[in-house]
Amino acid sequence: MKQILEGSHAVAEIIRRINPAVVSAYPITPQTHIVEDLEKMKAEGWADFEYIRSESEFAAASIVLGASATGVRTYTATSSQGLLLMTEVLFNIAGMRLPVVVTCANRAISGPISIWNDQQDSVTIRDAGWVQLYGETSQEVIDLHILAYKLAESSLLPVMVNMDGFILTHTYEPIDIPPQNLIKKYLPDYKPAKNTYLDVNNPQSLGTFAPPDRYMEIRQELFDDVAESKNEIKKLSQEFKQVFGRDLGLFEEYKTKDARVVLVAMGSVCGTIKEVIDELRKKGQKVGLLKLTCFRPFPDEEIIKALSKAKYIAVVDKSISIGTEGILASDLKRAGFGKLKSKIQSFIVGLGGRDVNKKMIKQIINQVKLKDNSIKFVGE
Amino acid sequence: MTQIRIHGRGGQGNVTLAELIAMASFYDGKFSQAFPSFGVERQGAPVVAFTKIADSFIRDRQQIYTPDYIIILDPSLIKTVPVLEGVKKNTIILINSNKLHKQVCPVYTGKVYCVPVFDIAMKVIGKPIINTAMLGAFAKISGLISLDSARKSIEENLGEKYAKEVVEKNIQALKVAFKEIKK
Repeated sequence: MKQILEGSHAVAEIIRRINPAVVSAYPITPQTHIVEDLEKMKAEGWADFEYIRSESEFAAASIVLGASATGVRTYTATSSQGLLLMTEVLFNIAGMRLPVVVTCANRAISGPISIWNDQQDSVTIRDAGWVQLYGETSQEVIDLHILAYKLAESSLLPVMVNMDGFILTHTYEPIDIPPQNLIKKYLPDYKPAKNTYLDVNNPQSLGTFAPPDRYMEIRQELFDDVAESKNEIKKLSQEFKQVFGRDLGLFEEYKTKDARVVLVAMGSVCGTIKEVIDELRKKGQKVGLLKLTCFRPFPDEEIIKALSKAKYIAVVDKSISIGTEGILASDLKRAGFGKLKSKIQSFIVGLGGRDVNKKMIKQIINQVKLKDNSIKFVGE
Repeated sequence: MTQIRIHGRGGQGNVTLAELIAMASFYDGKFSQAFPSFGVERQGAPVVAFTKIADSFIRDRQQIYTPDYIIILDPSLIKTVPVLEGVKKNTIILINSNKLHKQVCPVYTGKVYCVPVFDIAMKVIGKPIINTAMLGAFAKISGLISLDSARKSIEENLGEKYAKEVVEKNIQALKVAFKEIKK
């Protein structure tokens, strides 16, 4: 049944239904309503999880690491500086192969101080070994949470679900939250495999040290498994469609088939881009969008195949690697090297909460067709 | 798509009003989207909130640049904030005021309704909580949301945060505004 809800509240509700055993979070800025709602659910007695209020995001991440190591389902949410404060622990969670799920409400990084939306936070920790998924709408975000747990628990990899701060977290829109019995059908209770968790009856260590003759192999194993998880995401997306009737996947191709210009982007900005594409198509312009849902692992082959016919590719980033270019743009150029003949240009939008409007998208579409291939900051 | 931009000050229930309009139109069977202009919340500071209503899912996330309706909860903002930015010929403006259009907003020559929602709120709620009375005024003037759905939106939204008596008084303010304000 469709309801009209605030994005944050919808995420809290889906987490309650997914029923983790332990939730831990730091409750103050840059936190969102997600954990505020989860705390309220716990306090009012309609959630079963153990709620641990932590003294920092570093502690929150450490607590879910520890809880997950005992073989239970866990959850935390954060954004911006909070995510960066977690960084050291996030690498450990991945290295220890713990199926933790985190929601990142994407927000800018200081300085200057900004509380507003962009994607610099999550994109900055792309090398931590986590699967990173990005949702366009609140509906997609809650659907991705269901898939994220299934993926995390089947692959023993941590998954970060990203939603644009404010633009999705604070927006009311229609959302269909699946009932608990349907969720359970797709995502049964978590039963960790033997020898993957701390158990007093079967003593072992997790996260111990690895000398030079072991470390590389363990890192390579993580690398291989994260790369391989894209196939698991494809499979789980098909199963998701069968149970819930909605599409998920590595990415969505929106009117790309015959498009000369294709934009590549992640998150809520894709909705605005789709509107512009429809407007321009009415005027005969062949424009399309590749909406990337799965940023890590980066699905190289699939993306190249989808973009092979495009003449101009405009990569729209809400973050930047200072000293190079938009991070998604760099990734795409790497993946497409020697394979894509198109012009690929980096466009930076929406930093620190700058509204990304249709006019800017049209500006990008016009600009990418020009000879100049420098990085463009599109702010008005 | 119908686009509504709401100007007020932090603490006036600006964002809640945007949510209430979106919820009510959803209950009427339409698609809607409501969001604030994402500022640091401060009492008294100028705040903007947005509501979009359409017949299909609203994909575009841009702020509202050419509003069909402008709602102004604090008339003192007219002189300090560009509340009229992007007005079209047929934009309809609702202002919380018991004065006349000419006195409050002489620069705009289009359709302006000065609605005394402050007076209604003081009479019914006994406090300057004006957003629910403004919801009634908007429902009446725009005809975009039904009174019944507006009532339900207050029950759902305020019911989560406030005591029953408070919700009831707000529904009363909605109804009084809907009845007294003339289109």
